Amino acid sequence: MFRNTYDSDNTVFSPQGRLHQVEYALEAVKQGSAAVGLRSKTHAILLALKRSTGELASYQQKMFRIDDHVGIAIAGLTSDARVLSNFMRQQAMSERMVFNRPMPVNRLVATIADKAQVNTQEYGRRPYGVGFLVVGQDQSGPHLFEFSPSGNSYEYFAMSIGARSQSAKTYLEKHYKSFEDCTLEELIKHGLHALRETLQQDKELNVNNTSVGIIGPTGRHEKPVSPPSKFRIIEGEPVAVYLQSMDQKEPADGAPVPPTAADEDVQMSG
Amino acid sequence: MDHFPTNWGRPRNDMFDAYGTHPIHQRPDNRPKDTFADSVQHTQQPIVTGTSVLAIKYKDGIMMAADNLASYGSLARFKDVQRLHSVGKYTVIGAGGDMSDFQYIQHILEEVQIAEGTHQDGHELGPVEIHEYLSQVMYARRSKMDPLWNSLLIGGFKDGKRFLSYVDLLGTTYSASTLATGFGAYIAQPLLRKAVEGYEDVLTTEQAQNILESCMRVLFYRDARSLDKYQIATITAEGVSITGSLKLQTSWDFAEGIRGYGAQTQ
Amino acid sequence: MSSFNPYTENGGAILAIAGADFSVVAGDTRQSEGYSIQTRYAPKVFRLTDRAVLAVNGFAADGNMFVKKVKQRLEWYRHAHAKDMPLRSIARLIQTMLYSRRFFPYYVYNILGGIEEDGSGAVYSFDPVGSYERETCRAAGPAQSLLQPFLDNQIYFKNQQPVPGTAHPTHLPLQVVLSVVIDSFTSATERHIEVGDGLEIYIILAKGRGLQGLEGVKGVQELSISEDSERIFVIRRELKKD
Repeated sequence: MFRNTYDSDNTVFSPQGRLHQVEYALEAVKQGSAAVGLRSKTHAILLALKRSTGELASYQQKMFRIDDHVGIAIAGLTSDARVLSNFMRQQAMSERMVFNRPMPVNRLVATIADKAQVNTQEYGRRPYGVGFLVVGQDQSGPHLFEFSPSGNSYEYFAMSIGARSQSAKTYLEKHYKSFEDCTLEELIKHGLHALRETLQQDKELNVNNTSVGIIGPTGRHEKPVSPPSKFRIIEGEPVAVYLQSMDQKEPADGAPVPPTAADEDVQMSG
Repeated sequence: MDHFPTNWGRPRNDMFDAYGTHPIHQRPDNRPKDTFADSVQHTQQPIVTGTSVLAIKYKDGIMMAADNLASYGSLARFKDVQRLHSVGKYTVIGAGGDMSDFQYIQHILEEVQIAEGTHQDGHELGPVEIHEYLSQVMYARRSKMDPLWNSLLIGGFKDGKRFLSYVDLLGTTYSASTLATGFGAYIAQPLLRKAVEGYEDVLTTEQAQNILESCMRVLFYRDARSLDKYQIATITAEGVSITGSLKLQTSWDFAEGIRGYGAQTQ
Repeated sequence: MSSFNPYTENGGAILAIAGADFSVVAGDTRQSEGYSIQTRYAPKVFRLTDRAVLAVNGFAADGNMFVKKVKQRLEWYRHAHAKDMPLRSIARLIQTMLYSRRFFPYYVYNILGGIEEDGSGAVYSFDPVGSYERETCRAAGPAQSLLQPFLDNQIYFKNQQPVPGTAHPTHLPLQVVLSVVIDSFTSATERHIEVGDGLEIYIILAKGRGLQGLEGVKGVQELSISEDSERIFVIRRELKKD
């Protein structure tokens, strides 16, 4: 990245009022492969593009189960994600231990956002290099949140993070109004369409590189789960039926979206 | 060497005393004495105490009753104490046992409520959550050998569901459609079970009130630590309401006929 | 000055029997203290995974807390390994958890039942500080001394002579085991004041071994959601309430 005088220390503002280290951390999120999240009245789902470093390598895990009612998809440094997801699991479990209830999703996201914020302010620390999409269900229904290393968290109808996520976002912005009444199958189809937009030219979605995470009642292609509606990750062969449901890609109208600078991935990123 | 097999292990080893002929609480304490034990004070016994709390399920929710007495040993020390306490919009707790520990519990529940409220996200603690929290607190304190010396009933109504459960100084919990703490567990519980079990969904407010009132009366007749001044809490879909102090109508005429109490001498 | 006693005893009875390819774990639902019945329904048998069921008996507060902590440890295992912990590992976990409280024990007798990775039915029994062994059957709780001799006779065929030229079976069929369980509890209810009110019987069947006659049993309810894995069923019965 572009070195300058104000970026060696995250506790110092630049004259423009920016924290460069934090902005670099946001870049780390963009290095990771894309993840898409969207929500209907009944479901909240995640879709993520898994990467592998080569033919001989396995695909990097992109989704983590936090509790029966919460799951996340990550973009950025997998190792940072493991630390944070572990923390989220502890929080969720202690809520069950102390209050015998699933932790409200917004509060769970707020706890990691608070952790991330500390890292943007204290000397000798670095911000997390990972962003999350968090889906969950609590007493107020299904939710989708984004968490980013800056310490921000927002709730969304639909969102995407990671490499070339702007293309997915464009798709989501065009269609999000119809998501509310979608069935699970329709929602996944929209999600896959959005995720497809983030692919490099010669690549396509397949059962190996696509993960789907679901919160909400089971769909037509699923077996019953227990407890009902719990977070589950669908990978491998079971994804095929959803991939087959996808429509042909619309021919790009106008200029194709310029690829983002960072295509090549560093080893640590997922 | 302690040669009593029943004292060798705590917990008790049933191999040697399969039917509990030697009750745990009557066994001599043969544990080593800590030289500095005197400098750390834990609650060893309750001081100012409340007696029974009664609660039942009925058609519209939960009804709970407790009298207004806080005793100091056998002295009826405070006669206007409220032992029913509402927590938020959905829950009432009723307390027997040490009243200062109960006030402490009220205090921590207030803090928990404030912490919950500051999130301002629409999530609220219901009776289920409050009961779980109190159970954890009570069990944690007993595990520190520093118990909160209470028997608590937690009743509530949230999201269309009734809830009634118990927790005490040991962290023991249980639920049933009728519950009674203290002396009421012996005197009132059988009466409550007879009146309520099987009728939880048909008992009206008035019937539930009558059941509790008659049990409070029996308790006042039979429990020397009770009072004829009591309150009733109702928790329904409408929310929580706790009555002001009610006075039991009692009749002592029958006492005249009791040998050793009335006028007769022999 | 009398010191605070952090324990009490909440009565009840639990029992488990292993078959060749199934396991049965049962407990009554009465919770009592002294001569008082606290409630007629407080479960003592808990489903841990798709192939493990744990029965706890003794001090109820310790029991509930212990089950909760075991469940959380199993949840961490699921997070780490994306599968359920095997039965023999759960047994060892329970040992270490109990022994870690050797000098302030959970006053709880545990019986773990389920299906091993090799598909065999198993029962593990524990003392409050973690000693454990795998057995074919075990009863625990205040009524242990009524139940265990009966099981020794009916399951292990103690004091029974086989018909000359034959041998006692090493494992009994499910229907026989269920009869023994139910008879055990009705008998204990008759003779022990702390046993009664309700009976919960959990049955864990090994993968792909059919229902073994369970389909004909009155009031049986399936808890598992998939037929191509181990299956768990529960039977709830009334016991005398006096």
